[in-house]
Amino acid sequence: MSELILTRNFHLPGSHTLALYRETGGYAGLEKAFAMKPAEITEEVKKSNLRGLGGAGFPTGVKWGFLPKGHPGPIYLVINADEGEPGTFKDRYLLERDPHALIEGMIISAYAIGAHLGFVYIRGEYVGPWRIFRRAVEEAYQAGFLGKNILGSGFDLDIIIHRGAGAYICGEETGLISSLEGKKGWPKLKPPFPAIRGAFGAPTIVNNVETICHVPHIVRRGAAWFAGLGTKTQGGTRMYSVSGHVARPGVYELPVSVTLRSLIDEHAGGLPNRRRLKAVVPGGSSAAILTAGEIDVTMDVDGLKNAGTMAGSAGVIVMDETVSIPDALMVVARFYAHESCGQCTPCRESTGWIYKMTRRIIEGKGRKEDLDTILDVARRGAGTTICAFFDGAVGPYISYIEKFRAEFEALIPK
Amino acid sequence: MVRLTIDGKEVEVPEGTNVIEAARRLGIEVPYYCYHPGLSIAGQCRLCMVELGNNPRPQIACNTQVTEGMVVRTDTSKVLETRQSIMEFHLINHPLDCPVCDQAGECWLQIYYMKHGLYEPRMVDEKVHKPKAVPLGPHVILDAERCILCSRCVRFCDEITGTGELGIFQRGDHSEIGLFPGKELANPYSANVIDICPVGALTDRDFRFAVRVWYLDTARSICPGCSRGCNIEVHYNLRRPHHNQGRRVARLKPRYHAEVNRWWICDAGRYGYKFVDDPSRLVSPSRGRGDAAVEIGWDEIIPVIAGQLRRYRPEEMGVLASPKMANEDLFLLKRLVDHLGLAHVDFSVPPRHPGDEDNLLIRADKNPNTCGAELVGLGPREGVGHGGARGILRAAREGRIKCLWVFHHDLLASAWPEEEIREALRTLECLIFQGSNANRVSAAAHYVLPSATWVEREGTFTNFEGRVQRFWRAVEPLGASLADWEILGRIGAALGLGPQPVRAEECFKALAAAVPAFAGLSYGELRDTGKVVSA
Ligand SMILES: Cc1cc2nc3c(=O)[nH]c(=O)nc-3n(C[C@H](O)[C@H](O)[C@H](O)COP(=O)(O)O)c2cc1C
Ligand code: SF4
Ligand code: SF4
Ligand code: SF4
Repeated sequence: MSELILTRNFHLPGSHTLALYRETGGYAGLEKAFAMKPAEITEEVKKSNLRGLGGAGFPTGVKWGFLPKGHPGPIYLVINADEGEPGTFKDRYLLERDPHALIEGMIISAYAIGAHLGFVYIRGEYVGPWRIFRRAVEEAYQAGFLGKNILGSGFDLDIIIHRGAGAYICGEETGLISSLEGKKGWPKLKPPFPAIRGAFGAPTIVNNVETICHVPHIVRRGAAWFAGLGTKTQGGTRMYSVSGHVARPGVYELPVSVTLRSLIDEHAGGLPNRRRLKAVVPGGSSAAILTAGEIDVTMDVDGLKNAGTMAGSAGVIVMDETVSIPDALMVVARFYAHESCGQCTPCRESTGWIYKMTRRIIEGKGRKEDLDTILDVARRGAGTTICAFFDGAVGPYISYIEKFRAEFEALIPK
Repeated sequence: MVRLTIDGKEVEVPEGTNVIEAARRLGIEVPYYCYHPGLSIAGQCRLCMVELGNNPRPQIACNTQVTEGMVVRTDTSKVLETRQSIMEFHLINHPLDCPVCDQAGECWLQIYYMKHGLYEPRMVDEKVHKPKAVPLGPHVILDAERCILCSRCVRFCDEITGTGELGIFQRGDHSEIGLFPGKELANPYSANVIDICPVGALTDRDFRFAVRVWYLDTARSICPGCSRGCNIEVHYNLRRPHHNQGRRVARLKPRYHAEVNRWWICDAGRYGYKFVDDPSRLVSPSRGRGDAAVEIGWDEIIPVIAGQLRRYRPEEMGVLASPKMANEDLFLLKRLVDHLGLAHVDFSVPPRHPGDEDNLLIRADKNPNTCGAELVGLGPREGVGHGGARGILRAAREGRIKCLWVFHHDLLASAWPEEEIREALRTLECLIFQGSNANRVSAAAHYVLPSATWVEREGTFTNFEGRVQRFWRAVEPLGASLADWEILGRIGAALGLGPQPVRAEECFKALAAAVPAFAGLSYGELRDTGKVVSA
């Protein structure tokens, strides 16, 4: 078993309390962090090869480096705890079982980027995790880890918790910012990127919960240690949410160099009922599907990219031989049709259209040309939209049909 | 300035210009729906995609600002294919009800479909259905199925009027334009959303089903509704006279002017033209009061008017000119007044209710040419001491003024006590009314001289900033009516003033020669944008 970092305390009763967090070494890295210059922390994070764990896999230190230097106004740190990607449930564990890890990560990250206000945008349905996190923030304020002059460092940080109202698109970082600003959760045009003009017009860094939870460890144990845990291009461990047809579904923290086969067979206990594997979605519903023959890949950002899919949010959905891929695609297509924010034309119109075509095929009313129309519509829309939502939908549209075409064709009347 | 290349052609544009506008300079059309130069960038329609440098993915031109040395292509197969795709997406849920849509003929879906359409419909599934024919306010009606969700209307109400009535509700292909609860689209500029809506989703309740747009002709004009002088187009229908109950002017539309009104006009101005084809129009000169009035010809009435003007001594005569008259009219009137040596002259009559005003366009002064009337010199002259228009009316009541020539004013709608005015009108020996529509003054007049309305003639107005702007003739004067300057010219000739102008342009030339503020101006000089005179 490799070393657990983020989840090391998950098994301990009271892991969500300040007392236990401190007992196990929590907040101990703060002083070291405050002794460093902010730019040194950013540099350390860069060297650690920490990559965003929310979906896009962007190098975290590099993103922080995009902030304007010497900016006169406020800078904001926004934590993305919207966790809407189907098949993903890791941030929930962090909020519930180790909320102080996020708070400590936020303090150090905010110090590094010069933010004095942090927002935590929590998925609306996460009522329990929100309550626990709120309590932890209160504790941190009482203990002097938040507020003015933290630990006598002269550094101030306040945290505002904002609850979402149930829209997948509010997990997209600029949709999240719109929602945070009190507007409809419509993604914004880029440029400008949030680091230049983000929440309320101020430079803003948006990071995933898990990404930020890594930061205290990187500062405490050094970039080299963290980088050494992973692959050449991505450091550390990450939390894989494994669901579907496995013996032990759940969250597994493993080095990013783990293979998909090992994750399924060794860690998650393989498939139950001696059924055979049919397909796996490795990175949340937006990732292209892999066939049973394609699971000897490492689960880091670039490993999965080279395999034609993506690490995304590391939501691993395992499907055994009983699953109908057309049915699966219909569920996914319904999700994207329902969740498209509707702002830009290709996504608004084609998510609905593709869902209708898929449903018609399932209902036995498919036409010969439907499959090619779906592929063509998906390809034509790809890369033409405001946000990555539609490209995310294109992942399943194309891969499910291309890799399991015969299954679809079998449903279409001759 | 920034230099860039678009489709192999070089162009130099100011920094901050976007690629759509830079291409426009070269005469290259980049199609778009959501972009509007007067609104913020939304980037939603995705139609304006172009290729930039070596970037394999086309980018939207509206949100791309030019940079030095940028290389743009708008004509590659990739760009053309993207346009086709976007057009297909725009149309899959569109109801295709062009035959019953007012926008047909000026709809950007039709225009771009013809240029960039796929032409082979692939969508066979049931379309999304949305509400149709929903009134949003007094002027605007929505067909949500035709809406392409470009958000221009929403941005207009957020950014230009700041009233925020509209929003896009729901998500995905069920997204729908609508009013926020408890709101009505009733701001003073509401109908501009009809103009900026690129499709037939927002149409004009006033114009709806009146005339098909391909029967309309256009004349450039200036709104006479207030002293802003918004630039407009008059859309008139002469080709299908049986449509629209015979009304010739079908609608007014804004015409862009960078410094006066940008892309907008107010609703009051937009719908303020109804008097043109109204039954209250005066269409023949007449003599005799009320029921005794008889219509006569111009040849008959001109000598009679000239005779009346000669009959009274100058101090027994008054003139109430109107700030609704054009500079040309005012100038010929001024010449007459000077010739007759009249001192009791004014143009300004305060309205009963002070006009509304805001800091966008609308001005409290509801006259298009107050500034012109002042510059021409028809205001109360210093030292004469008649106390302006109200003093003139008092003199009429007291019998000191016996003959009064009123232009256009409905004096009974003024701020002054009605009885005071009625008495003045009753007491006068000779009341001449000159104007386009009947009112309570024309009803009391001994002589009525029918004027053409501003769309039936050409001329110039001087707006509150001193900008002299031309308007052009759209339709013929109704009945026997004539432009004010023409009537005044005929009377001048009858009074022996010598040869009179036969074209508006000549009046303006004479005005420019005589009034220092207008020195050096001519119709040619004014062109489309007008000129500011030192007021
Ligand atoms: C449609 C869509 C949904 C997303 N949902 C989430 C989400 O729920 N949580 C998250 O952290 N990132 C989500 N992302 C990714 C964010 O846009 C962003 O990349 C991320 O929050 C950045 O943080 P990171 O760099 O730490 O990963 C989503 C992206 C897209 C396009
Ligand atoms: S791609 Fe889809 S979700 Fe993203 S902005 Fe466009 S319509 Fe909204
Ligand atoms: S109603 Fe017209 S202007 Fe408004 S969003 Fe729809 S298409 Fe655009
Ligand atoms: S602001 Fe004045 S000039 Fe402009 S449209 Fe309205 S009434 Fe006419």
